[in-house]
Amino acid sequence: MNPFLLWFHKIGSPPTFYRIAGRIAPWCLGIGFVLGAIALYGGLVVAPRDYQQGDAYRIIFVHVPCAWMSLFAYGFMAVNAFIALVWRIKLSEILAMASAPIGAAFTFITLVTGSLWGKPMWGTYWTWDARLTSELVLLFLYFGVIGLYYAIDDRRKAARAAAFLALIGIVNVPIVHFSVNWWNTLHQGSTVRLLGPSKISGDMVWPLLTMALATHIWFFASVLARSRVGLLELDSGKDWARDIALADAPRDTVTAHG
Amino acid sequence: MKPGTTFAACSALIRRDLTLVWRRRGDTLNPILFALIVVALFPLALGPEPENLRRIAAGVVFVALLLSGLLALDTLFRGDYEDGSLEQLVLSPHPLALLLFCKIAVHWLTTALPLLIVAPLLAEMLNLPHAILPVLMASLALATPLLSLIGAVCVALTVGMRRSGMLLALLVLPLYVPVLIFGAGACNAASAGLAFVAPLLWLSAGLVLALVLAPLACAAALKISLS
Repeated sequence: MNPFLLWFHKIGSPPTFYRIAGRIAPWCLGIGFVLGAIALYGGLVVAPRDYQQGDAYRIIFVHVPCAWMSLFAYGFMAVNAFIALVWRIKLSEILAMASAPIGAAFTFITLVTGSLWGKPMWGTYWTWDARLTSELVLLFLYFGVIGLYYAIDDRRKAARAAAFLALIGIVNVPIVHFSVNWWNTLHQGSTVRLLGPSKISGDMVWPLLTMALATHIWFFASVLARSRVGLLELDSGKDWARDIALADAPRDTVTAHG
Repeated sequence: MKPGTTFAACSALIRRDLTLVWRRRGDTLNPILFALIVVALFPLALGPEPENLRRIAAGVVFVALLLSGLLALDTLFRGDYEDGSLEQLVLSPHPLALLLFCKIAVHWLTTALPLLIVAPLLAEMLNLPHAILPVLMASLALATPLLSLIGAVCVALTVGMRRSGMLLALLVLPLYVPVLIFGAGACNAASAGLAFVAPLLWLSAGLVLALVLAPLACAAALKISLS
């Protein structure tokens, strides 16, 4: 077998993934935390005041990375959902379902920080602008996926049904992303670009990008930690899960049971 | 045993579903009554000024039809699931997507079409200007099959669950939002004197896509939830 494929099969097996994820997740969490702290310092202290918005603009250092993450998490979930449905890989089901609550949390933070910013800037907490509405729809899609997953008792079947729903809902992601270009409403267009020059000052952009990196790394830490628990739950009848449970349990309970 | 042709299977299915609806034809009135009640609540809540009602009429009729369609969705597979004929449908040698398309079509005919027929009455209750009524009817005629098709996919995912009502609403409503925006948007554009063809064309494009893709998605979803 091709070595890459072999490696892929190995990492897809629950015990191996559990072990590797357990080693990576704390590092991701630590790096994400440190980067996030640096970005917050850069954004809240170092970056200059905006000539127009004063200090209120500083919320973008949380708002914008979270908004990116709300779409990224959906993309990650949808890719894993696709793999889970097509190749029936158990790990992908778990990864997709682990990313749903995290994505929902990022979407919620995006909506809350956006409305806190909107009050001083637009004069209102909420407006039925295209991007706000589609972000809200994204939140409901996440809730639908989570709700469907927990409404079905058979875990594998629940994961497949929720994965299918996640794939149907993916039509919303480009709508969120392009809504400000398609409907020219209140929400501003993007100022940070991967290709071409950004329309944002350099000493504001580095905290923003650092925070984006931090949220990505933190997302993976969170997904890995959640999917470890998910795998243990799903495989609770298997030997490897029982070995871990027995190793973690205090000595006297082991003897009491065994 | 040699299976019959697919055409025969589809027509048998349509005949059976229509007969089932006809035997319980009183149930067809339920969505209409529900839509009437929803529409009647708005003047009571907002006050009876005709000027106010005229402005929101198209949107309210749209939402009332959408909600009563949502309530009617549950019946699409429930009876068939409970008596086991849905599993037979999945096992049949004919393409499941085509059979489901027939089921969805019958469901639309028996739940949404009556609503479409009373829609002018609902619009009149809210003083919708007569000039806008054709636009409303056109957008409803395009939107209700689209809603049925999208809804069928979500119902297929929740089939077999005991209390699926709230969950179904949670799954369906985010997907209904674009349809509502374009459908009610056409009516609002027409009442503002703007061009209303573009949203109707978007709805048509969505309907064409859904006619092709939704039965396939519905079949896949049904196979997941019956597995």
